[in-house]
Amino acid sequence: MNAVSAAERAPVLDLQQVSFRWRRDLPPVLTIPAFQVAAGERVFLAGPSGAGKSTLLALIAGIAIPQTGDVQVLGRSLPGLGAAARDRFRADHLGVIFQMFNLLPYLPVLDNVMLPCRFSPARRQQAVARDGSQEAQARRLLGALGLQADAMLRRPVTELSVGQQQRVAAARALMGAPDLVIADEPTSALDADRRLEFVELLAQECDASGAALLFVSHDLSLAPRFQRQVSLAEINAALPEGSV
Amino acid sequence: MTVLSLARRSLWNRRSTAALVVFSVALSVALLLGVERLRTEARESFANTLSGVDLIVGARSGPINLLLYSVFRLGDPVSNVSWESYQKLAAHPQVDWVVPLSLGDSLRGFPVIGTTTDYFEHYRYGRGEPLRLAQGERFDDVFDAVLGASVARRLGYGLGDSIVLAHGTGQVSLTQHDDKPFTVVGILAPTGTPVDNSVHISLQGMEAVHVDWRGGAPIPGLSIGADRVRNMDLTPDAVTAVLVGLTSRRAVFQVQRQINTDRSEAMMAILPGLTLQQLWDLMRVGENALLAVSALVLLVALTVMLTALLTGLNERRREMALLRALGARPWQIFALIIGESLLLSLLGAVLGVLLLQGLALGAAGWISGQLGLTISLWPPTLHELKILAALLAGGILVGLWPAWRAYRNALADGMTIRM
Repeated sequence: MNAVSAAERAPVLDLQQVSFRWRRDLPPVLTIPAFQVAAGERVFLAGPSGAGKSTLLALIAGIAIPQTGDVQVLGRSLPGLGAAARDRFRADHLGVIFQMFNLLPYLPVLDNVMLPCRFSPARRQQAVARDGSQEAQARRLLGALGLQADAMLRRPVTELSVGQQQRVAAARALMGAPDLVIADEPTSALDADRRLEFVELLAQECDASGAALLFVSHDLSLAPRFQRQVSLAEINAALPEGSV
Repeated sequence: MTVLSLARRSLWNRRSTAALVVFSVALSVALLLGVERLRTEARESFANTLSGVDLIVGARSGPINLLLYSVFRLGDPVSNVSWESYQKLAAHPQVDWVVPLSLGDSLRGFPVIGTTTDYFEHYRYGRGEPLRLAQGERFDDVFDAVLGASVARRLGYGLGDSIVLAHGTGQVSLTQHDDKPFTVVGILAPTGTPVDNSVHISLQGMEAVHVDWRGGAPIPGLSIGADRVRNMDLTPDAVTAVLVGLTSRRAVFQVQRQINTDRSEAMMAILPGLTLQQLWDLMRVGENALLAVSALVLLVALTVMLTALLTGLNERRREMALLRALGARPWQIFALIIGESLLLSLLGAVLGVLLLQGLALGAAGWISGQLGLTISLWPPTLHELKILAALLAGGILVGLWPAWRAYRNALADGMTIRM
């Protein structure tokens, strides 16, 4: 989609000397001297539970702010933005896939996929510019992820299988071409033989839309599918040696 | 707009709970507005039990006592007004008309009024409405009777039926005027006033049944038949009370003072509207209790809503975190909950008004027949609008707490989706 090569662009994500504690009287849960994700790059982040995964994701999303250090997304320093600007920034530039319960049960499939456009005019415009309409883009993404049947797209999401739900969530994360997709253990609820298929599809679609992908999982069998593998336990200096 | 449409769909997803909340709010709104409207109408109708009458004159006692026996036919008069005083009153230059009332007998518990046909001419109720005959005509003969609507309905009497009056006002009377039966010649249309419960006969008829009585009992050995009575002089010695209409309302206080200070007889004149108001004030405690109960019901409905919102909050924690991840602002999460409580109260208010409207429409005929109240609901009064506004304010207030909790959760949960 973009002719400029990854190396020439600013990193999508750049953490410098980040330290975060939930409360002043507690020790930091996260201390990351440096961590980057380049534009369009697909990174596997191995994060066993207790390694500070939730905290890291909250920092990247701009929901939490580090006490020291800087978190830059697309060259913008999140701690320097106000709370409202961070929320808007997240809506405009981030796609998120959770482990499960990704979808609003009261919206049909298509509306769930188009949700990011409700909160971000920029992504709405991108969808219309790329595919003519929001719905056209939602259908294209769902189709690419193997969900085509029109009848299914109008059904309540609660009638879908877990695997289908995760693919709908992936389509939503990609809606309106965000710059970075964060996937927080999206395959852990899937059967083993479905996991690989999901990762392949997700990687392929991130490539197609030019989004960088930060894939957090403790399932190391998926790691070889990514361009780079990082262990959160290794980059997080706040963890005592061998604690995880 | 985004948030509002999501709130709407989310609510629709939980529609069975929401419907129950809306229904309980609607019921309480209908109850509160209904009680309020009935209260106002009842007070107005009560104040208009008797209209167009400037003064009620009776023996000197208490104003409320006089009102009770002359208008409501409750209790017993302490004394009478002499025929001379009655005639003097009728001849007073500022008096336009007089209607005498003679009480003391009853028909199976319903009071009997001896009066003149002027009663049908001048008695007014509500907003000056005259008495109307549903069937038959006014009394003419000495032994003719005109029944109030309830008397005829409850006792099952029709035109031409023969009735026997009883002496005294008790439900069960030992002494019956069975030697002089009356004939029903007319039945009045319902008025919603004590007239419905009254039996009307002529003053002469009242005198006739008592011609062979003295001191509240028949004179032993003296019995005068109905036919002989007709030829006697049936002018009464006294009447119980007199309804007075003046030529000019401005003279009312002057005439009242003249009657009250009359040295020839201890009489008293009251202004019916004023005394009715005083009587109503006596019942204010009950009125306020009714209102308090309705207000409590509204409070219960709001509590039901609070419970539903708080319960829903736990189920919706994931939903909130998801919306946050998608870029929803914390205040939008706050607005989502407040909007829901506002929507629920708004729907409840609208449904409540419609419910009451429908009920009033369906029951209007029955209410006006039974109670003589005309319930009109539209347009709502300022007071009712205030009640509805208070409900919406209460709805917002109730939403504040869960909304604040959702707001705090949204900040604390961050990017984790808790189950």
